[in-house]
Amino acid sequence: MTPGERQKLRLGLAFISPWIIGFAVFGLYPVAMAVYFSFCDYDILRSPILIGTENYTYMLQDEIFWLSLWNTAYYAAFAVPLGLIMALLCAVLLNKEILGRSIFRTLFYIPAIVPLVGVAMIWLWLFNGQFGLVNYALSYLFGIQGPLWLDDPAWTKNTLILSQVWQIGGTMVLFLAGLQDVPRSLYESAELDGANSLRKFWSITIPMVSPVIYFNLIMGIIGGMQEFVKPFVMLGPDGGPERSALLYAVYLYQNAFTYNNMGYACAMAVVLFGIILFLTWLAHVGMRRHLYYAGD
Amino acid sequence: MILPPWCRRVFLLACATIVAIALTGCGDSRDDRTADGRIILQYWEKWGSFEAEAMRRVVDDYNASQDQVLVKFLTVSQIDQKVLLATAGGNPPDIAGLWGYMVPSYAEKNALTPLDSYIAEAGISGEDYYPALWETVSHRGFVWALPTTPATVALHYNKQLFEEAGLDPERPPQSIAELDAMAEKLTIVELERDGQTIQVRYSDMTTQEQAGIADDSRASEFRIIQLGHSPTYPGWWLPMWGYWWDASLVNDDGTRVTPASEPNLDAMRWIESYTEKYGKNNMLAFGSSFGNFGSPQEPFLEGQIAMVIQGVWMYNFIDQFAPRLEWGVAPFPSAYPNTTPKVTILESDVLVIPKGARHPDAAFDFIRYVNQQGPMEKLCLGHRKFSPLVKTSERFLQDHPNPYIEVFIDLASSPNARTTPLIPLWQEYLSEMNVSINSVYRQVIEPEPAMERVEQRIQKKLDRAVRRWELTKDVRLAEWEQMR
Repeated sequence: MTPGERQKLRLGLAFISPWIIGFAVFGLYPVAMAVYFSFCDYDILRSPILIGTENYTYMLQDEIFWLSLWNTAYYAAFAVPLGLIMALLCAVLLNKEILGRSIFRTLFYIPAIVPLVGVAMIWLWLFNGQFGLVNYALSYLFGIQGPLWLDDPAWTKNTLILSQVWQIGGTMVLFLAGLQDVPRSLYESAELDGANSLRKFWSITIPMVSPVIYFNLIMGIIGGMQEFVKPFVMLGPDGGPERSALLYAVYLYQNAFTYNNMGYACAMAVVLFGIILFLTWLAHVGMRRHLYYAGD
Repeated sequence: MILPPWCRRVFLLACATIVAIALTGCGDSRDDRTADGRIILQYWEKWGSFEAEAMRRVVDDYNASQDQVLVKFLTVSQIDQKVLLATAGGNPPDIAGLWGYMVPSYAEKNALTPLDSYIAEAGISGEDYYPALWETVSHRGFVWALPTTPATVALHYNKQLFEEAGLDPERPPQSIAELDAMAEKLTIVELERDGQTIQVRYSDMTTQEQAGIADDSRASEFRIIQLGHSPTYPGWWLPMWGYWWDASLVNDDGTRVTPASEPNLDAMRWIESYTEKYGKNNMLAFGSSFGNFGSPQEPFLEGQIAMVIQGVWMYNFIDQFAPRLEWGVAPFPSAYPNTTPKVTILESDVLVIPKGARHPDAAFDFIRYVNQQGPMEKLCLGHRKFSPLVKTSERFLQDHPNPYIEVFIDLASSPNARTTPLIPLWQEYLSEMNVSINSVYRQVIEPEPAMERVEQRIQKKLDRAVRRWELTKDVRLAEWEQMR
């Protein structure tokens, strides 16, 4: 390294140092401490005491931990794929030359920018078992007596999924952007070969937007496993009747800030990190062969 | 690329500024003296709205009464978490207004300053307060807080609905059994009789109809229009229903939780009896029609429920949203009115000095000021509650807007005025109890296995907390003794 290069390196490091310091102080340090606290009995006020793996072994016997994990898995298993499918379908439809396209695009995107707490409050009213518009519509249009959405343990998780699928705006916009990149020539040549719309969608659109699907899937898994605001507001800190919709992040929050079991909460956070890492790896391995990058 | 020297200088200056700001932020640069030398005290309080105004007036009085200390009053949301984090971070407020149930947990975690010596010096003693309140502020033999605005709960009933049901509006129920019987008369159900949709009181329904409403598969044939009582509304004290059966939730030294005791199981069976009688689906459907508390659509204000358990604050909402409601207040009747009369839950807001506060002496001077009869009555009148001090002036009772304030005061001095269980684990116990009691109410699980499950889960956690206390006990007690 010549002196000039060294000086450039120093200068470069100096310029990115605000970011490096910020990351170390607000990112790396808290994460490292969380891992450390996960091996401690720590209640925020008293100094942490190392207790080895007790938080983790306790987790194995903690029925509520397993329940919250199951609830979250159920929620994510439906909310993520359904959200992806709906978003892709909406994007494809809104990519067609229809009247008022930009208005529809805006309308479908709006839910993504509404504050989550406000959304949760509105859903609370829509899904009210007695006076809610959802049940009113069901009985008026189809003569069906709707369930007590948020009061019936069999329905609470599904209600959360339903409300989540409505918020596909962000994903949809990414798909729309991806669809712009699909060359028209591919569709034209497929038409010459006699392909119908379904065939074109399946053999051209899907492979061509596969990187976007991949990205949205990963983000969906990460977001789904960490879902917090809506279940917390709509069902309270205990996750509704029989904890039927107590999600992982809500239980973690309760341990950290209501019960002050910060050590246990940190252990839960570490486990959640492991789970998300594993799922992301799984998604990566599963989709690797089906990814098509135009640049390749 | 070579940068011009001024560019590098600007960059370094910016870095230095950031570092300087970061350092002073962590350090202690708060100006805690006024220009004329008064100590500035930070006081964090959870109340907003008219309750905060009442305290602000007392703070103003205090600031005007002397020239050594200036209290700065600040309303803070989620005060439990903020005080906790500020104390852990070593920069707490000088005074904090917490809820009484938080005292054991905060004290045990070494987050508070013991007040014993201050109290002795100021001539304050436990006898000045209602006994249950003094229990609330004591933990492990030390006093950690002083009460401010307390509250008791009582039966609130709708006199007009009583009259419509042919009941004497001046004679509220005297026992749980009588409450249940009155509730049957006060419950109106819509059903089909001889091909016509009619509304009948539950007590006037035929035996077949009563069997029908209890049968969940026939829920669609019935609709509750008005309810006499529901053990789960408002549902804020579900785990403590056992008090009306003379049950305890913890043993005397706080080392065992006892939710599965026979008296407590009786209370749980009573809760379950309501869904068994009126049908789970009907009760849940009716429950989901309730408007929010603190709105004009609250079911008691709307006349949807005739009898509810509520605190002394309910008057404020009646006054604001339903001034024409004809209502009465009486002690919520117990299961054994002869042996266990006048049962209530006594809760209180408290003032504490967080550990590490910079001016504990000045902070206590303010707390002492608030705990004098005059300022305390001014504060409690502003809250429209009663005073935590046993001695209450005639003037206070005359000026009090709540026509039933004496019922609440009478309940506070009852030997059956109980507090929330005073153990550091209460939050976890509470949430476990709430979930299980809701399941009992929904007939998912019988009271006995439900309460055994709670006992097993919480006892395990309590054992751990007790173990930890045993390990650190000597050090802590010595440390507190020194601060005392």
